[in-house]
Amino acid sequence: MDNFTVGVVVFPGSNCDRDVSWALEGCLDIRTKYLWHESSDLSDVDAIVLPGGFSYGDYLRCGAIARFSPLINALDEFVKSGKRVLGICNGFQILTESGFLPGALVANKNLNFICDDVELDIVSSKGGWFNNADEKQTIKLPIAHGEGRYHCDSDTLKKLVDNELIALRYKNNPNGSSFDIAGITNEKGNVLGLMPHPERACDKIIGGTDGLFTLKSLILK
Amino acid sequence: MDQFAVKVFVRLRPSVLDPAGEATKSASIKLGAEGIKSLRIGKMIEVKIEGNGENEVREKIDLLCDRLFANTVIEDYEYSLEKL
Repeated sequence: MDNFTVGVVVFPGSNCDRDVSWALEGCLDIRTKYLWHESSDLSDVDAIVLPGGFSYGDYLRCGAIARFSPLINALDEFVKSGKRVLGICNGFQILTESGFLPGALVANKNLNFICDDVELDIVSSKGGWFNNADEKQTIKLPIAHGEGRYHCDSDTLKKLVDNELIALRYKNNPNGSSFDIAGITNEKGNVLGLMPHPERACDKIIGGTDGLFTLKSLILK
Repeated sequence: MDQFAVKVFVRLRPSVLDPAGEATKSASIKLGAEGIKSLRIGKMIEVKIEGNGENEVREKIDLLCDRLFANTVIEDYEYSLEKL
């Protein structure tokens, strides 16, 4: 994977872009390139991360304005080509607002901004984003969000369950998400959105390495 | 060209829990207000817009509501329109 490059998208208000880049470059030796949201040229990146933060100040709704950036417009073709896209936290919100993933993320049930480590069950490893060799595998990742309550209607939930699109479920639901959902994929499996932050769990010295597998899987074809 | 003042109301769908509304309801009761059965919080967006007649303006506002002002997965919208 000599020249494999992960594009890390920077919106006004992104604040986890450098963390993602650090985790990929420093912990995994994967090359990264920052992509300003006004760029629509994705020709020299092989995978894309939409990082966490508060794009456009979360105005209107989280991710609602980011959806109209030139980069997100160009993402459609990128996704259709089968290349991998990972949306973390605000990135997950952007993926739902722009229709790449179903459902929506709304204010936490208890209205608190929750900043904590959470235990997660890996439900499906569709797309190879998680190591699911052991069916009962649980991982621990940090969350940090005010609007992380996953919501969808019952038909969508059935579709998610039937098609094994639910990637992660909270062991102890912190925010009121439907069906304890913490992360989902698209049907093809090349798009993953999740509220927890794998990039903040990539080095033992900061509390854990359970996020490494997901970031490393960006280089899968 | 006619000019219109539009007021768009965006509300969480009835099936979506509104924790901010619940918290405000709880504060309203602490204030001493009696008889509150339900309290839900939405948004109101005011737009001044030009167009050739009401139908054209409604088409524009429908697009804005459907694609931007509201996320129809979780929200409903309605609007009123006044010719200026």
